[in-house]
Amino acid sequence: MNDTRAGVSHFDVVIAGGGLVGSSTALALAKSGMRVALIERRFCGAQASGVNYGGVRTQGRTAEQLPLAVRARRVYGRLPELIGIDGEMVVSGHLRLARREADLDVLDRWSAMAREHGVESHVMSGPAFRQRYPWLGPAAIGGSLCPSDGHANPRLVSPGFAHAARRAGADVREQTELSDITFDGTRFQMRAGRERISSDWLVNSAGAWANRIAGSFGESAPMKPIYPNMWVTEPLPLFIGHSLGVVGGGIYARQVERGNCVIGGGRGHGDGEYAQPSTATTRAVMRDACALLPALRDALLIRTWSGVEGETPDGNPIIGLSRTTPRLLHAFGFSGGGFLLAPGVGEVLAELVTQGETSTPIDAFSIGRFSSTPLSVTH
Amino acid sequence: MSGAHRVVIVGAGPAGIRAAETLVAAGVRPVVIDENARWGGQIYRQPPAGAGFKRSAATLYGFEAKKAEAVHDAMAKLLPKIDYRPDTLAWACEQNRLDTLHAGRETSVPFTHLIIASGATDRIVPLPGWTLAGVFTLGGAQVALKAQGCAIGSRVVFAGTGPLLYLVAYQYAKAGARVAAVLDTSPLARQAAAAPRMLSQPSMFAKGVYYVGWLQAHGVRIERGVTLDRIDGDDAVRGIRWRTRRGEPRSLDCDAVGMGFGLRPETQLADLAGCRFRFDPLNRCWLPERDAAGRSSARNVYLAGDGAGIAGADAAELAGRRAALALIEDIGIVTHRSAQPDATKLERELARIAVFRAGIEHAFAPPVNAAQHWPDDMTVCRCEDVTAGTMRACIRSGLATEVNRLKSLTRIGMGRCQGRMCGESAIALLAAETGKPLADVGRLRSQAPIKPIPITPMLYDDGVHVQPEEAHDE
Repeated sequence: MNDTRAGVSHFDVVIAGGGLVGSSTALALAKSGMRVALIERRFCGAQASGVNYGGVRTQGRTAEQLPLAVRARRVYGRLPELIGIDGEMVVSGHLRLARREADLDVLDRWSAMAREHGVESHVMSGPAFRQRYPWLGPAAIGGSLCPSDGHANPRLVSPGFAHAARRAGADVREQTELSDITFDGTRFQMRAGRERISSDWLVNSAGAWANRIAGSFGESAPMKPIYPNMWVTEPLPLFIGHSLGVVGGGIYARQVERGNCVIGGGRGHGDGEYAQPSTATTRAVMRDACALLPALRDALLIRTWSGVEGETPDGNPIIGLSRTTPRLLHAFGFSGGGFLLAPGVGEVLAELVTQGETSTPIDAFSIGRFSSTPLSVTH
Repeated sequence: MSGAHRVVIVGAGPAGIRAAETLVAAGVRPVVIDENARWGGQIYRQPPAGAGFKRSAATLYGFEAKKAEAVHDAMAKLLPKIDYRPDTLAWACEQNRLDTLHAGRETSVPFTHLIIASGATDRIVPLPGWTLAGVFTLGGAQVALKAQGCAIGSRVVFAGTGPLLYLVAYQYAKAGARVAAVLDTSPLARQAAAAPRMLSQPSMFAKGVYYVGWLQAHGVRIERGVTLDRIDGDDAVRGIRWRTRRGEPRSLDCDAVGMGFGLRPETQLADLAGCRFRFDPLNRCWLPERDAAGRSSARNVYLAGDGAGIAGADAAELAGRRAALALIEDIGIVTHRSAQPDATKLERELARIAVFRAGIEHAFAPPVNAAQHWPDDMTVCRCEDVTAGTMRACIRSGLATEVNRLKSLTRIGMGRCQGRMCGESAIALLAAETGKPLADVGRLRSQAPIKPIPITPMLYDDGVHVQPEEAHDE
């Protein structure tokens, strides 16, 4: 589409990477009237954004992530209006499970902290908990329910944002590699596929590959590729009432309307470019999963998968302005927790471009926070 | 041989057995993993041990009885010299290790060298009614006869195309079943045009002619060049409708349909083993790359038999031997030439069969434009119940130009079969809708498990630990 712009090579904003961050940024900017190009090397939403667990989860987030998480959660409440599909979004609530007494304290502390951010959760344990959740195994001794959380289908949501961005007027180019990226003092100059394009702003939302873009501007963040390990069962009678996680992480589970149980935890293998699930991990997580959800024992496993994601040392993403180059915005390194945050980040980045500031605190995510640590580029 | 080498063969059909035999002759003791309870593969499938019925090799395998017996005997002799693991599903392959499931237990099988002889299944081209009870693949119909001694119905129509169509119809009729009709979607003219190439294997060609002649002599209705319209029935098959070569509508009552459109290689294991794939125009599907000897693009992974490209049982025996020779050479075992088959001769014979196969594929090409005519309400992916209409709507809205994206958005290929049955249909529909060649709409990536596996056996392994450091991935 946008044939009328085919000859135009200058954009207000070029976005590198068509994952959920890039696509939602493109949508927000296009809707505010900016001329936007979204450049994706493969297919939009086909990497980590499209193959992750699909947790729309504020529960368990750190204090610095909560304002952004709350904002992003509101976006998930408006999917049909924003992208034309509901993305199988279900407000199931998120139940964070305790497997030992100390976990309950962690849940209590989080609950009190989150309340200050307007996020409600209820910690339960003992017979009341057992009675309410007969489908949970004895390994779970309690839990905290955050009713406003839920889950959605990343395979639909992430490409959905890219599609909506295109409908809103963004120039979305898939299977197009960005190269020769430079800043000439006024504008960003680069090649999209074979075509030369330029822009006033550049958004680096290239996920696990974002250090390649950052590197073009003498910058890098300590980030290593990770390969979350996921699997899914055949459809089972509905029994998992909430999206589930555990204190300390390492396992998470949800059941979709069709009945399939989607379960994740641990790591697969990868070479930085491609990911493969690990059967050893799948086995280990299965044992934990069956301790929490005994009904899984009788199920059939039908598919395993993984994806490539970038993880930072502190688990927080890098969001905000570059330290070396004006009008270069970074948004990557979501460390496995980006599916909820991404559409909120899209709004934040659009604000930074159009208004020069954002109402959501993001200082904790500055790329500058790593400056005291030695930089290592491991894309 | 050096104890450092651990050779694993997946598949105990003609390719796997001959590969094992060649390895044993060189002093290698391979592990042979096979999904079936008894060796022989699909084509030389043996009735289950203690099945309670006995049919002679001549009855079971017809013209192929001698070959079947030779393959069976070869394997029987090998048993003391190999680590044979029947009834075992190799469901994953990663980092030089196969994960297998046998008798409710999980076992990890490490290898240094892997020969994949994973065989083939029927190619399915859906038509309205294909999911009704009573519709079987030709292979399934054959298994019922060979392994269970029963027919799929009392009045059976065989429909589709390919040499197997006539063979199975012949085997059914010979066994006393009532074959109501054989409906071949390939026109006789195309079969005649391909005859010169098929004559490169005169005996094979003659057998094909014999089956057709036998069926005709016994009054079995044979129609060629038909267009299959639908299989009728509410819960189960009641009849079938088609149009003749000239477009005249026809119908026939029946209670079962055996359907197939040639064979489709089972390539998932090669995919998981990291083999590079290319689109093969002859097989009309993506195949793992291999050289004339059977070496894949992945280090120490070898391919043989129909699983690497359909060439039939004779070629499978040759390719199994050839791949094993390549492996022996690669690990540096020096053998007495006289004791082993000659690699050059094997490759020459394989090349000759390839000419014959090209003829077969041309004579019995699956209907090319079928996807264009699939009604919107027809189920294409039966596991996830995805209709042609759902897929079309997705493609026409511009959302999917590539098959993995179509899978993401519509769930085609996401169910129990993981696209083994419906994947080619998805590619065909995508190609038909976008006007692109089959090769240009992508390839469905395989993911473990190759077939659904129960979770309980996964729980026994004590050598694994949870990795609690990943707190954020949700």
